[in-house]
Amino acid sequence: MKLLTLNFVSCARKACKSSTSSFPLHPRDAELELVEMEFNPQFLQNMLPKLEWEALQIICNELALPTLPSSTPAASDLFESGGEGSSPAQPTQVARDLHKLLLETTIREGLLVCSNCGHEYAIKEGIANFLLPPHLV
Amino acid sequence: MPGGENDESYEQEHVHDVYEQIAEHFSSTRYKPWPTPHSFLLSLPPGSIGLDVGCGNGKYLSSNPSLFILASDRSANLAAIAASNYPRQEVSVADGLRLPYTDGRFDFAISVAVVHHFSTRERRVAAIESVLSCLREGGRGLVVVWALEQESSRRGWGEGDEQDVMVPWVTRKRKDRSRDQGRGSGEADVGEKETEKTFNRYYHLYRKGELEEEAVEAGGKVLESGYEKDNWWTIISR
Repeated sequence: MKLLTLNFVSCARKACKSSTSSFPLHPRDAELELVEMEFNPQFLQNMLPKLEWEALQIICNELALPTLPSSTPAASDLFESGGEGSSPAQPTQVARDLHKLLLETTIREGLLVCSNCGHEYAIKEGIANFLLPPHLV
Repeated sequence: MPGGENDESYEQEHVHDVYEQIAEHFSSTRYKPWPTPHSFLLSLPPGSIGLDVGCGNGKYLSSNPSLFILASDRSANLAAIAASNYPRQEVSVADGLRLPYTDGRFDFAISVAVVHHFSTRERRVAAIESVLSCLREGGRGLVVVWALEQESSRRGWGEGDEQDVMVPWVTRKRKDRSRDQGRGSGEADVGEKETEKTFNRYYHLYRKGELEEEAVEAGGKVLESGYEKDNWWTIISR
């Protein structure tokens, strides 16, 4: 599971959906893997405003990844401000770091824990399983 | 029968267990995207984020590589096939009535050939509702279901026929697997009785207008709808 995905998933239980503590889910015993993906700075630029930045900071902190800027980077942080004019804008290190974090950093094995109900969802071979046992449905 | 005391266990037996068992053969016959979902996905701007609820083998996950799609399927075997074919997107195992996604943040969603497997109207409406609740204001969802009106197909169902049906899927114990792959649909009439096995899947066949009625009942607005090759489709928003 990509870290970008973690920014959009919550506990699957109806009873948890209304609680703010069902998002983000918290990784536990996570085994991370870097998987190379094609770099697309335009994609990142359009994705940035859709992110819950605070949730991303929490996840990075819990996974002991490098600390993120305190607020969502602006679109202008993703491209070098070229004084040359006509040449296409080059992506910055900020853009490359975000790409690596959001799209290339994956949880291969581990658990995702809801801090509202405590339920643990397993991730195996990169695939999270959100099916609930009958007593939690 | 559908509508009985435990719809969930009915679907477990007549839908989920079947797909889990036929996953590999099913996937080998499902490689060509239908035009409606394909062009819906191509119409979205780069960096859009959305869902594919009931993604099967993930055949729509490559329609538009500039999107980010959180795909899910109830069958772990189909989800594993989709995940290995399309590593750029995300694939999870999830139930259509208990989706693990945050509310109101997705630009789009598709659910193709999925909602017709829920065995009561109440559950079909709930399935559409759970897709709708993920959409942001202005986000659009495409739902495609099997039509009752498919007189031109070899199944020949039409207006007035029974809408709740069991549809056989025939797999063969294959000695030569390569010859079997990509040979078209596994629904139907194959010979060699001693080597084949039949699985029956439950379907609700939609009559004209019924999908839109359910979408409205789920609290959605119908933006567009139509018919394409034995299927009804509709594009909805919150």
